[in-house]
Amino acid sequence: MDTNIPRTTPRKSATFDDYTLSEIRRAATTGIYDIRGAGAKRKLPHFDDLLFLGASISRYPLEGYREKCGTNVVLGTRFAKKPIELKIPITIAGMSFGSLSAEAKEALGNGATLAGTSTTTGDGGMTQEERGHSKTLVYQYLPSRYGMNPDDLRKADAIEVVVGQGAKPGGGGMLLGQKISDRVAQMRCLPKGIDQRSACRHPDWTGPDDLEIKLHELREITNWEKPIYIKVGGARPYYDTALAVKSGADVVVVDGMQGGTAATQEVFIEHVGQPTLACIRPAVQALQDLGMHRKVQLIVSGGIRNGADVAKALALGADAVSIGTAALVALGDNDPHLEEEYQKLGTTAGAYDDWHEGRDPAGITTQDPELAKRLDPKLAGRRLANYLKVMTLEAQTIARACGKNHVHNLEPEDLVALTVEAAAMAQVPLAGTSWIPGKNGY
Amino acid sequence: MIEIDLEKEGVRGVNSRLHSLPKDTNERHWLVKNPMGQHAIACGLDAPITVEIAGHAGFYCGGMNKQAEVIVHGHAGPGVAENMMSGIVRVDGNASQSAGATGNGGLLVIKGDAASRCGISMKGIDIVVGGSVGHMSAFMAQRGHLVVLGDAGEALGDSIYEARLYVRGKVTSLGADCIEKQMTEHHLAKLARFLDQAEIKANPHDFRRYGSARKLYNFNIDHADAY
Amino acid sequence: MCGIVGLYLKNPKLQPKLGELFKPMLIEMTSRGPDSAGVAIYRNPAKKGFTKFSLAHDDAKFGWKKLSTALKTATKKQVSVQQIGNHAIITTNAKEEAVTAWLREHHKDVRIVGSGQAIEIFKETGLPEKVYEKFDLAKAKGSHIIGHTRMATESAVTTAGSHPFATGADLCLVHNGSLSNHNRLRENLKREGLEFQTENDTEVAAAYMTWKLRQGSSLKQTLEDGIKDLDGFYTFCVGTHDGFAVVRDPIACKHAVLAETDDWVAMATEFRAIAHLPGADKAKIWEPAPQTIYNWGGH
Repeated sequence: MDTNIPRTTPRKSATFDDYTLSEIRRAATTGIYDIRGAGAKRKLPHFDDLLFLGASISRYPLEGYREKCGTNVVLGTRFAKKPIELKIPITIAGMSFGSLSAEAKEALGNGATLAGTSTTTGDGGMTQEERGHSKTLVYQYLPSRYGMNPDDLRKADAIEVVVGQGAKPGGGGMLLGQKISDRVAQMRCLPKGIDQRSACRHPDWTGPDDLEIKLHELREITNWEKPIYIKVGGARPYYDTALAVKSGADVVVVDGMQGGTAATQEVFIEHVGQPTLACIRPAVQALQDLGMHRKVQLIVSGGIRNGADVAKALALGADAVSIGTAALVALGDNDPHLEEEYQKLGTTAGAYDDWHEGRDPAGITTQDPELAKRLDPKLAGRRLANYLKVMTLEAQTIARACGKNHVHNLEPEDLVALTVEAAAMAQVPLAGTSWIPGKNGY
Repeated sequence: MIEIDLEKEGVRGVNSRLHSLPKDTNERHWLVKNPMGQHAIACGLDAPITVEIAGHAGFYCGGMNKQAEVIVHGHAGPGVAENMMSGIVRVDGNASQSAGATGNGGLLVIKGDAASRCGISMKGIDIVVGGSVGHMSAFMAQRGHLVVLGDAGEALGDSIYEARLYVRGKVTSLGADCIEKQMTEHHLAKLARFLDQAEIKANPHDFRRYGSARKLYNFNIDHADAY
Repeated sequence: MCGIVGLYLKNPKLQPKLGELFKPMLIEMTSRGPDSAGVAIYRNPAKKGFTKFSLAHDDAKFGWKKLSTALKTATKKQVSVQQIGNHAIITTNAKEEAVTAWLREHHKDVRIVGSGQAIEIFKETGLPEKVYEKFDLAKAKGSHIIGHTRMATESAVTTAGSHPFATGADLCLVHNGSLSNHNRLRENLKREGLEFQTENDTEVAAAYMTWKLRQGSSLKQTLEDGIKDLDGFYTFCVGTHDGFAVVRDPIACKHAVLAETDDWVAMATEFRAIAHLPGADKAKIWEPAPQTIYNWGGH
C-alpha cells in the first residue's frame, strides 16, 4: 500500500453547482417549487457590456452646469388630454401595497415627488397614503383587479395596463399567505392569511384587438384625460410593442428579465423572458416602423442601476426608464447593517429575496407592523431622492460628454460593445471594429 | 324620460352627457336609442339615475357602474357590468362572456343566458341569471353570489374563494376546490331575496349550493394536481 | 388579431345586394384589423368542368390578358380572364394541376389566392374600406361571403399574410386569435408536401385543413381533428361552396356572435358588425359554444 499517491483536487461540477445541489435537496424535501422575490440573478448581457465613446476631435462636449443638458420627459402625448410631465427620465415601477409595507410605499412617494417623477401602484390597488404622498401616480390595471375601482381610476395621473412583467411573462399561479394581513385582505377582498392564487390573463379581454376595446372603455370612464401605458415582459418586444401601439397605447413599458417581482417561482424568473438589453432595439424598431418613435413613448425597466444604465437605455431609443429593485435598495433593502438578522434568516445582505415570507428586517417587503416601523418614510424618501438625483447627474455627465444638450439626443452611434452578444443585442459595433453581428449579412 | 340617439351623439357623446350629471340631478331617466352594438355604453356612471338602452349593447356596457340602474333591452356583449361597484344592471336578453367580471358590488340580472366566465373573479357582486351560464363561470370568485336558474358549463367555480353559487339546473362539472354544500334556511332565505330583487320567479328549494372546499387555501403537496 | 365576418343569404332575392349588405360589416371591424383586409365571395358559378382561379400580382399594370392567352396556348383549353384591381379571375376548363404547374413554371410572381367553382378571393394590405373599393365589392352579387380585417401578431403585414387563406376547392379560412404550435406543425406539413408563403399562423391552420381534406377527411372531421391538433386561441370561419362553418377552441376567449333571420345568417367577432343588417334588431342572436362546429348550407 503506497500512501504517497497524490489525490486529485476535489472538483465541484459547474453543472451541478452548490446552488443546484441545494435546490434539488429542497425540492425533494418540500415537494413544492421554490418561490422568491427579485429579478433574474444570473449573469446576463447587460448595459455594462456597452461603453459610450464620449468627446473627441470630431465631437465636442458641453460644459457642466452652465451649458444645460435637459432631462425632462413628457409621457402620453398621443391621446391623453393631460399628458404627464416629469423632471427626470426615471420613474418608480409598480410595486404593490401588500408586497411592500405602507411605510415603504409612502417613502417611494416622498422620494419620487422630491425628484419630480412618478410612482406606480401594484397588484393590490391604490392606498390613500400613496395618492397623498406621490405627486404623480400611475395606477396599475392588472389581471387580478384587486382593489380596482372607478374613483381611484379617476384620481390617478395615468393608467398602466399590465399584460406581463419581466420576471414572469405569462405568470400566475400561487403565492403563499403570510403577507395577507387584515388590511391587505380587506383591500383585495380575500380571507386573511390564505395563499393567493393570481390569474395570468385578464378576466374580460384577451388579445390586442380586444385590448383596444378595453382601453376605449377606460378612456370613456376617465374622460380621455389620462395617458394609458401598456406594460409587457420581455417576451416578443418587437411584436408586443407594435401591438401595444395598435391597441391604442400612449406609452409602452418593456420590462426585461432582470425586473423584480414580489414573489414567483424561481424557474419563472430565471428561465422565461429575455434580458433587458435584448428588448430595447426591437421595441424601438417597432415604434419606428409604425412612425411612432417619440410619439408613443417607451419606458424600459429591468436591472436599471445607475446613470450609465439610464443613459444607455435612452441612447438605444427609450424615452425613460423605470426602477424597482434599485429603489428598494436606496430605501434600505438588503443593507449590511442588518447582517445579523439576515444570518438568522439563513441568508446574507445582498442575497435576501424571500420577500413573500414577510419577515424583512429592513421593514420594506413586510406587513409586520413591528418590522415596518423600522422604516422612516421621510428619511427613506430622502435617500431615494438622493439616489435619483445622482442617477440623473450621472446621465447628464455622460450626455454632455457626448455633446448632447438633452439626454434624449443620445443615440446608438454614441455606443460600442465589449462583447459579441451585447453588440448583437444592442445593435452597436464591437469596440474597435465596425462589426454589428446580424447586420449586413454577417 | 330623456332620449338620446347614440347614432347621432356617438358613445362619447352619450357618456359625456351621463357623466356630467350632478349627483342630485333631476334628469334621472334616460333612454339611449340606436346602440348598434357599440362598446362602453353607460360605463363609469356614478349617479342615482336610470339608463335604458333600446337595443343590443357591445362590450363593457355599464362597466364600473356606481349607483345607477342600467337596463339593456336586448343582448349585451362581453364584460357587461364588469367591475361594478353598486347599482343594478339588467339585461333582457343574453349576456356574452365575462359578465359581471371582477364586480365589487351591486346586482347584475341577466334574463337570458350568460356565456363563459360569468362572474369571473367576482369580489362582492351578486349575479342572477335566468338562463344558463357557460364554462369557467365563477372562476376565482372571491366574494358575492351567483344564482343560475338554468345549467352551468364545465369547471364551475374553479379556484373559488368565498363566493356562493346557487344553481337550479345541471352542472356539467365542478372546478378545482369547488364542491356542493348544504342548503340551510339561511341560504334559502338569502336566495329568495336575490330572486326577488332580480324580479325572477323560482323556488329556492329547487337550487343546490356550491362553494369552496378551502383545500387550496394553504399549500399541500397532495393537492398539487389542482393547480 | 383580427375581426372576422360572414354573411350567408337564405333569401335568394337578396343576392344582388350581397356586396352592399356586407360592406358595413367589414368596415365596422376596421379598428380590430387596420393592417389588411380580404374577402372570399361566392358568385358566378363556373360551368361544369370549369374552374375559377383567383390570382394576384403586386404590379397593378400586370398583363393578365397576355397571361391568359399564353395559358390558352399552353393547355389548348378555354381560358377567360376578368381583371379586378390587382387581382384577376381566370376561368378555364384546363385541369387544376396543369394550371398551377404552368403558373409555377412561367409566372412565379403570380400568387394563386384561391380556386373553385364559385369562390373568388380578394385580399390586400390597407384599410378595409380601401380594399373594398379596390375590388369593386360594393356592387357585388353572390350567395355568400366571408371577410377578414387583420391586425398582424407574430408575422409581417403583407398581402400574402392576409386572410382568407384557401384550403381547397371553394374552401377558405379566416381566423381570429393566435395559435401557439404552428411552427412545429408547419415543418411537419412541409414534409407532407404542402408549401408556405408566410410565417403566418393562419396559413398553417389552412394548410392543415388542406392536408386533412386531401386525405379524404370530411370538413366536419377535419375541424374536429383541428380542435385537437391546433393549440392556441382561435375562432375560425370556413367558407365552403354552399355556405360557411364556424368553430371556436375549447378555452374560447376570442369572442364570436351568430345571428339568423328568415333572410340571412351572419357571423362576426362583434355584434356591431351585424347591427347594420336589415332585421338585425329582431334576429335570433347567440354565441357559438366552444369546440362545436356550426355549419350552414351543407358542404
